[in-house]
Amino acid sequence: MELSYSDDQIRFREEVRSWIAEAMPAHIKSKAENGQNFEQDEVMEWHKILYAKGWVAPNWPEEVGGPGWDVTQRSIFQEECVRANTPGLSPFGLSMVGPLLIQYGSPEQKERFLPKILAGEEVWCQGYSEPNAGSDLANLQLKAEKDGDDYILNGQKTWTTYAQYADWIFVLCRTSSDGKKQEGITFLLADIHNTPGIEVKPFLTTGGTYAFSETWFKDARVPQANIVGPEGGGWTMAKALLGHERTGIGGIADSARGIKRAKSIAQQTPVGTATLFDDAAFRNRIARKEMRLRNIEILNLRQLSAAQLGHAPGAESSVLKIVGTELQQETDELCMDAMGHNALGWLDSPEEAMPPNQQSLASQFNYNRAATIYGGSNEIQKNIIAKQMLRMPGA
Amino acid sequence: MNFDLTEEQQMIVDQAAKFVANESPVERFRKLRETEQGWEPSMWAKMAEQGWLAIAVPEEQGGFGGTFLDMGIILEQLGRGLVPEPIIASAVLAGGILSDNGTEAQRDAFLNPMIEGSTSLAFAYAETQSRYALSDCKTTATKSSGDGYTINGEKVWVLNGHAADQIIVAARTGGGQFDEEGLSLFIVDGDAPGLERVRVNQMDGQRSAILRFTDVAVGADRLIGREGEARGIIELAVDRGAAAACAEGFGCAQELFERTVAYLKEREQFGVPIGSFQALQHKVVDMYAELELVRSAMILSSVRADVDDSETRKAEISAAKLQLTDSGWFIAETAIQLFGGIGVTDEQDEGLFFKRLRCLQGLFGDGDWHVERFQSLKGFDAVD
Repeated sequence: MELSYSDDQIRFREEVRSWIAEAMPAHIKSKAENGQNFEQDEVMEWHKILYAKGWVAPNWPEEVGGPGWDVTQRSIFQEECVRANTPGLSPFGLSMVGPLLIQYGSPEQKERFLPKILAGEEVWCQGYSEPNAGSDLANLQLKAEKDGDDYILNGQKTWTTYAQYADWIFVLCRTSSDGKKQEGITFLLADIHNTPGIEVKPFLTTGGTYAFSETWFKDARVPQANIVGPEGGGWTMAKALLGHERTGIGGIADSARGIKRAKSIAQQTPVGTATLFDDAAFRNRIARKEMRLRNIEILNLRQLSAAQLGHAPGAESSVLKIVGTELQQETDELCMDAMGHNALGWLDSPEEAMPPNQQSLASQFNYNRAATIYGGSNEIQKNIIAKQMLRMPGA
Repeated sequence: MNFDLTEEQQMIVDQAAKFVANESPVERFRKLRETEQGWEPSMWAKMAEQGWLAIAVPEEQGGFGGTFLDMGIILEQLGRGLVPEPIIASAVLAGGILSDNGTEAQRDAFLNPMIEGSTSLAFAYAETQSRYALSDCKTTATKSSGDGYTINGEKVWVLNGHAADQIIVAARTGGGQFDEEGLSLFIVDGDAPGLERVRVNQMDGQRSAILRFTDVAVGADRLIGREGEARGIIELAVDRGAAAACAEGFGCAQELFERTVAYLKEREQFGVPIGSFQALQHKVVDMYAELELVRSAMILSSVRADVDDSETRKAEISAAKLQLTDSGWFIAETAIQLFGGIGVTDEQDEGLFFKRLRCLQGLFGDGDWHVERFQSLKGFDAVD
């Protein structure tokens, strides 16, 4: 058992760190240093810089454009990106539908879609949930009826995160109502801009940003060739994809950054003749989070190491999702507490009342309530563990 | 980075698991907790035969030259059977101190008989007023007229202090009560004139002792390491104790978790197994999540117990011990809740694991003490 990084891995970290520092354009860097939110065009600018370097898809095999890193290198890269506050890339193409296509896509689909995901020429979003299919995802009703070589889609998807920026959407749709409800689901790819009848309506989140959208399908015609996996095999695809999503969903690096931000605010906050960081009660609160984080990091590394050995992500990744996202929210709360009265402010507060980095934290504090809900709510994760790991009766 | 046990380590685990199942299941501990000594020299000798007492002792000292993790994976298995032999007190604490700091003569006289299983040792550092403070020491060792020392004072909660053949005792040879400087370690015979031992029965059924030293005379050859410079040795020993607690506690917590899962499947109410109720399923899943973090804590602390870089060692062992304290306790209390009324009866084994976990929580620094130490380390202030 060895917890330390090898010399090669330490050198790799240094290489990544110094490359990021040099590669970030000045306007992105200044936002990163302030901890501010990025606009979509800034995210895509960074995507293209990473693409040019060959580092945009750490999880992809080398033959389809991945950098050929092992899991430890990927984890180091991820840590360094979060550490430097680089813009967070959209996961829907790179981490979700991309890996799924690599696993289950036809040769034509791989050739058609993967290069454009890599290059950032096509942005993706996810069409899973519906107004009446949230945690009970298999209850989804987006209807897909065969007509010639196409399907005609009718219905509605919701929580289609960043659909307003997306070119393509992957949807779970209902191709049959016979038998078990899971068996009539099909995984389909739809071109948002070039398909008449698809309409996207973003809505404002509590974080003050437009992260989610509703997506409507009215007689939208999608070629049958855009099925991934067999017709009726969508549930299997969905589970495979959720596995890819959950491995990165614990927000471990975000929690580490949250703790550092809380410390940094506390160090800059005068309390009497000292600072908030000298306050024993506050120090101890930060320390407890950091100490728990250390044990969660080991859990994360254990899973990465298992993945390196080729074990598929199992129910253990549900544990990481639960404990990771809970800690992520707790570190947001810590930052808010460190801000004191400034935590009353909002995104349009004058800078002298609330610096921009604190505005972003307030936004993040609100938006990150979604972390314990998305990707299968934490309660659903518990059901998965009860059933798959613990084999509880009736679960 | 690698989280796999070696083949050798996997063999150790299998051997230890078999040993616990065959030689020392929980029923054995049930009987022993009624006896004065609380453990058996014959079983101690068998454990020595397995090589466990010498596992972390370097080969040139007659040991197996293993890592602390080798000891950790044994303790984990012993925790599953609540094996009461004093392996932490004798091999981890006192054995570790002697192996690192003892002279060859001291090792020959005191370490070798222990790792052969013919004697047992103890380490006396806590005092009534000290709580977990490692420098707070009123016990004194003054130079006597010859070239020896005279020890006076009182030590409490000395694990295996009631039965140990020799006891390593921390005493002041200089400085004031709270000073880091001036602490020294001496090895004292259990039957030394002037040493009064009061056996203490712990909540978990194990034994410790109050030791009262009244003009106990020791020769200069009983000083371990350099006079007045024992503070670092004591802290390392207590850190290893904390790592040992994480390992044994992980074994206890696993056992409690597995027993709870089995019980939820078998116990019926309202005509169905209670494990079919979602309220209870989610509680046992919470136990599972916390158990995974105790596993992390055990790995982290065992690996760091070997690290010389004391800042990293202290930070990460503290993080691990806090995790054992928080998560181990959560697992223990939830297990009892899920067992319901019978969980509170003495005849049910779960209460024994609950008590052991609670005692491990309070040993070698509780959660708050480790939080305090963690935030006092230099690295804590860094934000870049």
